[in-house]
Formats: sequence, structure tokens, C-alpha cells
Amino acid sequence: MALYLFYLLIFPGLLFSSVIGAFLSWFDRKITARVQFRKGPPLLQPFYDFFKLLLVKETILPKQGSPILFLMAPIFALSGAVLAAAFILLPLFNITTGFKGDLIVIFYLLTIPSFSYIIGSLASGNPLAAVGGSREMKLIMSYESTFLLVIAGIIVKASQNFDLNSVIFIQQNSSPFIGSISGILLFIPGIFCVQAKLGLVPFDMAEAETEIAEGTFIEYSGSPYAIIKLTKYIMLFILPAFLIGLFMNGFNLNGINILWTVLKVAGIVLLLTLIRNTNPRIKIKQAISFFLVWMNLLAVVAIVLAFFGY
Amino acid sequence: MGFKNFCFKKSLWVFHFAGASCNNCDIEILDCLTPRYDVERFGILLAGSVRHADVILVSGSINMRDKDRLLEIYNQAPKPVLVVAIGGCGCTGGIFAEGITFAGPVDKIIPVNAYIPGCPPKPEAIIAGIIKLVNSM
Repeated sequence: MALYLFYLLIFPGLLFSSVIGAFLSWFDRKITARVQFRKGPPLLQPFYDFFKLLLVKETILPKQGSPILFLMAPIFALSGAVLAAAFILLPLFNITTGFKGDLIVIFYLLTIPSFSYIIGSLASGNPLAAVGGSREMKLIMSYESTFLLVIAGIIVKASQNFDLNSVIFIQQNSSPFIGSISGILLFIPGIFCVQAKLGLVPFDMAEAETEIAEGTFIEYSGSPYAIIKLTKYIMLFILPAFLIGLFMNGFNLNGINILWTVLKVAGIVLLLTLIRNTNPRIKIKQAISFFLVWMNLLAVVAIVLAFFGY
Repeated sequence: MGFKNFCFKKSLWVFHFAGASCNNCDIEILDCLTPRYDVERFGILLAGSVRHADVILVSGSINMRDKDRLLEIYNQAPKPVLVVAIGGCGCTGGIFAEGITFAGPVDKIIPVNAYIPGCPPKPEAIIAGIIKLVNSM
């Protein structure tokens, strides 16, 4: 029991993944600044932001709407992200082997933060937050099917194994999945799904700050917003880690391989940041057709190729 | 209190309120975010919603219609919040000070922590004002 609590709260769970995620968030902002020829924030900037919101600022409750649900939604989001972090990172660090079918559990846990943001935005009673919530809902409906197809393709490639541990084990014994044609074709929808799940720029219409003034998070202030920030830091670490587990034979922590592991995480975050910096925000209609038509098509082609062994 | 104050100083998120401004001060405020001046190296970000703001930048003369909006914005902001009046119109009223629709300079309506005069103030002056405000806390 104490061991499980340790897994959830300290090592691969809350504390570890949020600290790594905060540094990745700094990395993302620094790369963004360098792309725009700016200097960028200092290294500990995400920690300053988080502690300022948590300790200094006042929490304001909306006059209309439901205050209890409004305050519970960030906690739901954080608990979903922490559970997903534990389930993803335990097999990746080779601590436990997980259980049969945990890919499906991870898939469901990764949607909990987005759903909680919708609940929180609709509970705030703000019309702009409602617009953001409805956009987030449409976005979820479009990218989730693509994400499920990507996971299905991985399951086909890993000879019908439903657990993350054996997916990583098969890749470590032969070659990483990204080295094949179907692997590359699956990786493209995968990275765009991660981009949409993180709410980064081509798919940030739910929290468009210039258009609907932060949308889903417009009414949040003080410590609930700090918890949302923490959830975002955790998601920025575990989603690239999940992609590395699915495509790039997981983490390897022996000697010099630690460097490769760090480079893999930094490389995926760099790719996400570059996509974010070179694209404008698209409309929700375009996002739906992008995922439901083109990315689904790519994923289905990749599954057929994977079935025939390419 | 030391740690809290330190974090607050290091991460000021700015909300921009333009009254009946001629837009020059607004352009100079946006200049501060461009690559040449880059206030993000001090942790300053432009916030979209006043609920996330730590500093309210008020530019332009405040007329009778803006007064209610400014009060409402100030009441909606989570405390502690700092107010900076930017430009001659924000600080004193400038050439509009004797106009019939003028509702007083910003410090008659809400408490102001720093004044940055100029018509418009240079981006260097805005950054210097904000750094002085941060150091005085």
C-alpha cells in the first residue's frame, strides 16, 4: 500500500513528473523565444509561475454557475494526469510490468484532463468559457478516434499485445517501430494527437487568448489555476513519454543510454514546439476535418501496412 | 513572506486596459514584447483574462464611460494586483484634462502603484518603470 502511494505521489507520479514537466515547459518557452530571436525566460520560471498562483493570488469564485464543480474540476484533471503518469512511467522505467490491457486504461485516463477542463469551464457560467468548452468537446471528438487508431496500429505491430510493457519489450528485442514505413505513418497522426491533447498552437482554439480570452480557463484564478498549470506540466512530460514508449523503444537507464533517453524526450518536445511555432491557429471546422478525414486515413493505411508486415 | 514575494516579483502577468487612448501607448506596450525589448526574460507575460493578471496597465485618458469599466476590471482582478498608469493621459489627463467627458486621471478612480509619463513613453521607459516597481515591493 505504502509502495503504491510512493509510486503515485513521489517517484513516477506527481512530484517527479511535475518537476520534469516544469523543466520541459521552460524548454518549450525557451525554444519559442529562440525561434523568435528573443532571449526567453529564466530556468526556474515555471516554478515561479506555479508558486505565485498557488500561494500569492486570491481565488475568485464565479457568481453564476456552480462553485463546487468549478473547484473540483482542476482536482479531477490533476488526479487523471497523475494516474496516467503512474501507468505510463512505471513500465517505461521498468519498475513494474503493468497489467494486461493497460494501453486501453492509459487511453481513457489521458482524456480525463480535457473532460475536466470542459466541466470546469461550463461550471463557471461564463459565455466565453462555454464557447471554449464546446470547442474543446468538438476537438476531443475529432482526435480521440485518431488516437485510438494509432494505438490499434501499435497493437497490430506488437503482434496483438495489449500492454505497454510488452510493446516496449518487443521493440527492444528487434527494432523500434518508428524504423518501419507503417511506424512513420502512425507517428505523424500520433504527434498531431499529442499536439491537440496538449492544446498547443495549431489546435489551441479552446483557449485562444486573443480571440476568446483564454476560453476554458477564463474564470480560473489563484490556486485552482495553479493546479491546472501543474496538470499541463505533467501532460507535457507524459504524452511525449507515451509516444517514446509506443514508437521509440522506451526509456533505457543503463550508463550512456540515459543521454539517449533525455535526448528522445527533448527531441519530441522540440518537434511539438516547432510545430507550434510555425503554424497559425486553425478553425475548429478545419481541425475536425484534419483529424476525422486525413489523419484517420493515414492511420488506417498504416494499420493495413502493419498487418502485412511493412 | 520572502519566498511568496520573490515568486510574485519573478512572474508578473500583465493585463492591458486601454481607455480612450490614441493607440500610441498601446503600440509602445506591444513593443516591449517584441524581440528587441523582450520582457519575457523578466517573467512578464501578457494575460488574456483579468483573472490571471498581476499588473493592470492603464493607458489613455479615462472618460465617463471608461470609468465604470475600469472599476469593474479592477474589482474582477484577484488581489494582490498592481496598477500602472502609462502615458501622459493615464498619469494626469494630458491635453484631455479639462474636457467635458473626462472622469479624472487613473489615480482618482483606482489606487495606482506606478506612473510612467511620456507621450508616448519609450519602451525603455516602460521597462525601467516596471523594474522600479518590482524593486520597490
